[in-house]
Amino acid sequence: MALTADDVNQIARLARLSLSENEAESFAGSLNGILDYVQKIDEVDTGGVEPTSRVARLSNVVREDRVEPSLSTEEALSNAPDKSGEYFRVPRVLEINE
Amino acid sequence: MPLEDYEIIIGLEVHAELKTESKVFCGCSTKFGAQPNSQVCPVCLGLPGTLPVLNKRALELTILAGLALNCKIAEHTGFDRKQYFYPDLPKGYQISQFDRPICYDGFIEILADDRDGNEVKRVGINRVHLEEESGKSVHSGTGILDSSYSLLDYNRSGIPLIEIVSEPDLRSPQEARRFLEELKRLLEYTGVSDCKMEEGSLRCDANVSLRKRGETRFGVKCEIKNMNSFRAVEAAILHEAERQAELLDAGEQVEPQTRGWDELTGTTVFMRSKESSSDYRYLPDPDLVDLVIDAGMVEALRENLPEMPGQKRRRYVEELKIPEYDAELISGSRNLAEYFESVVAVYNGPAKIVSNWVMGEFLRLINQEKVEIEDAKISPEEFAAVLRLVDNGTISGSVAKGVFEEVFRTGEDPESIVKRQGLAQISDADELSAVVDGIIEANPKAVEDVKSGNHKAIGFLVGQVMKETKGQANPKVVNQLLRDRLGL
Repeated sequence: MALTADDVNQIARLARLSLSENEAESFAGSLNGILDYVQKIDEVDTGGVEPTSRVARLSNVVREDRVEPSLSTEEALSNAPDKSGEYFRVPRVLEINE
Repeated sequence: MPLEDYEIIIGLEVHAELKTESKVFCGCSTKFGAQPNSQVCPVCLGLPGTLPVLNKRALELTILAGLALNCKIAEHTGFDRKQYFYPDLPKGYQISQFDRPICYDGFIEILADDRDGNEVKRVGINRVHLEEESGKSVHSGTGILDSSYSLLDYNRSGIPLIEIVSEPDLRSPQEARRFLEELKRLLEYTGVSDCKMEEGSLRCDANVSLRKRGETRFGVKCEIKNMNSFRAVEAAILHEAERQAELLDAGEQVEPQTRGWDELTGTTVFMRSKESSSDYRYLPDPDLVDLVIDAGMVEALRENLPEMPGQKRRRYVEELKIPEYDAELISGSRNLAEYFESVVAVYNGPAKIVSNWVMGEFLRLINQEKVEIEDAKISPEEFAAVLRLVDNGTISGSVAKGVFEEVFRTGEDPESIVKRQGLAQISDADELSAVVDGIIEANPKAVEDVKSGNHKAIGFLVGQVMKETKGQANPKVVNQLLRDRLGL
């Protein structure tokens, strides 16, 4: 199942990237190349093997419910491109579209 | 056709903040009301290179919630990334759970919508999963539409939340409200959440669809958000059902949408269409290891479950012999129930006397003075002591109310209040005779009534004596004295 330019545009939209038509075509080609390469793994017989998403054989790493020191507000805001008082400031958010 | 000809299908999604000291994946405090961006660290600000570590208590509270909602607990579970862009989500994804919720397949019981209101209905719980809270946006201008910028406070970012998803088993706005009330009771009882809607620690979205009665397939549903009280949930669902009924009546289709409840206009307004809703691309979070929940852990938590409201209600009626109404009201709040039980334990009289005082004077003062039950100055021992002073005739019932209020305000020992203020009941006939004679003389009309056979009028005269003695006279003795004087 090869990726189409439409798939690439959809992925780009989700990542908030804007692509030209040429770029979408060209990325579809490169991405398909990568997928073909990774597809080699399909040759391994994994019947009867539990799916896993991680390699470390660790489970249940937890911490106790104890409050630890936070950053100061000044430190927290020190890298912010824009701020206002004690707040981070961001451009307008518009999700409602009536 | 009228709304009654449609069946309303409702499913609820409830978010509740867990009662932990620290956040779910870092050690920042969860305390409400702090100065903006003062409870943040690299983890909850989503800075690169940071590593989340699960708060054990958050996991335990999620399992407790599942047990309280009669859920099964997953043996193998873990966390996933839900990816979307919004300024209150600094990492670009929310750590949540996708296909392996910690709790699933449960139910709670509520009173159904039948006419006598006694039928119990089981409402399915699809799942309870653990996730992190997002930050808080403050929009400039009058609202999100005309704002030119937004301000972000990440103190809430990373506070542990559970999302509880019901099955579409609810059939009326009233049932939805009762479901929420019961859910809130259960979460408060188990100490899972404070459930303060005004602080946002309990929030609810509703999925609403209609179908003609008799139809078995579901209709197209809309999701309603932004309801911030139980009353709003009830009103919003009713309004949404009416809106959909109008569309269907006009032969139109209901579009799948997300709509927001507008408290001011009492209507739901379009927010976004479902077709354009995001593709979250869930994937297992590689920063967090999987969880294996063994039976031992679940059983240990199950043993910690307190007696649930329903069990308490039944025990109060069966063992303490108090009326159903009293049992329902008192068991509704864990703090109130525990206070009531402490008083009953130290008082030797009937529990019914305790429930009368708890629901009467005690709750009246709690509400009037706006104090929390756990902060009440009157201890259960002092509460019982007031009742005993009435039982052994030291003070009258009406004086007892004043003494109770004084103890409630000051926490002073009831006996010393009675001594200090000279409130002890007067049972000595000689001492009361003069007052009784005076009242007889001052009320010839009432005396005439009693003599001519209207024995009820004697109550008026007793009342006058009580008033004259500021409630200290023993009403039994007064009654007897009056009867003697009037020749009854």
